[in-house]
Amino acid sequence: MNWQWFHRLGSPRWFYQKTGAWLPWLALASVVLLSVGSVWGLGFVYEHGQQGNSYRIIYIHVPAALLALAGYYVMAISGAIGLIWRMKLSFAVMRAAASIGAVLSFICLVTGSLWGKPTWGTYWEWEARMTSMLILLFLYIGVIALSHAASREQSADKASALLALVGTVNIPIIYWSVNWWNSLHQRATLRVIEESRIDPVMFYPLLIMIIGFYCMYAWTLLTHTRTLLLKREMRTKWAQDELLGGR
Amino acid sequence: MHPVRKQRLILVLVLVVLSSAAVGFVAYAMRGNIDFFYPPKAFAAGEVPMEKRIRAGGCVIPGSVQRADDSLDVQFVITDGVAELTVVFDKILPDLFAEGEAAVIAGRLLPSGVLQADQVLAKHDENYTPPEVADTMVSHEACMNGGKI
Repeated sequence: MNWQWFHRLGSPRWFYQKTGAWLPWLALASVVLLSVGSVWGLGFVYEHGQQGNSYRIIYIHVPAALLALAGYYVMAISGAIGLIWRMKLSFAVMRAAASIGAVLSFICLVTGSLWGKPTWGTYWEWEARMTSMLILLFLYIGVIALSHAASREQSADKASALLALVGTVNIPIIYWSVNWWNSLHQRATLRVIEESRIDPVMFYPLLIMIIGFYCMYAWTLLTHTRTLLLKREMRTKWAQDELLGGR
Repeated sequence: MHPVRKQRLILVLVLVVLSSAAVGFVAYAMRGNIDFFYPPKAFAAGEVPMEKRIRAGGCVIPGSVQRADDSLDVQFVITDGVAELTVVFDKILPDLFAEGEAAVIAGRLLPSGVLQADQVLAKHDENYTPPEVADTMVSHEACMNGGKI
């Protein structure tokens, strides 16, 4: 197998120059998909049988939750690659994924809370799904905090990567919490193996929002990683060339 | 793979496996406390402490809701398909509270075996359907068998 592409990833300069061209396309895809999905989902799809209009928050809540969970693996796996191969780029990706993941978990918690009041009758309960999701937010914040904690960047990166890896156990707990324990939160609507528990007309805008959130995730992750790389590599010639516009 | 990297890979995997196992054992040991509510069968088996704030969850049996004419007092029966539990409540029920749907009730178990509720939450299921197909007998049956809790 040809591992050249993998070793190239060790070069922040190569990554920076390669990804620049992808950004406009990812931005365009995110804006189009998210606009179409939200207008369709929030404005045009019919109401839910019991919940009426309040269910429409699903079009923000579920994509944010999915990406908050998937993004944790992006962060943890980048951290592991950084620890094993001592790759500067992967630590930058880990650090970028931590900020974006924290924002997504926060969005998931806030929208879930706002949705809980009209449906369940409460903003917050200390049940398994909600508590484990709150722990996810704290793990993301912990990784961000640790990355500022050491004066040497390398030590801070290693410490953050270790915390990120230890925290991976929380992801299956969040996902399966509603099946393992009695909870207030209902079980998963979107199923991989079985048929999903959602009407197709309600599902299409949700699917568009999910793909849109993935595009937005990729877009913000690349942008944030590139900025971090410039900051971390500011003493190198390529970074100075990029910043000063000497292409 | 370079031997040093291989060693670091193994260390990373060991870290993930051991920390997951540690958290897994803690969660397994505390499984009774992580449950948000007791099902009615736990009340029938006498596993629920009296005179202590606890939660019960189950399906509201269709036709069991009795409202008082002159106050907010309401009484209903929940089931998990195995046992039944009578609940009394004196505040406003949530909008989505309905017969044939699940509810989670916080309160104290009276010596008479009735749950005196101080909070009632509606627990909706994972099905997203338009208005015309929502209220079906199939959905109620699934609830009565404990399928929605």
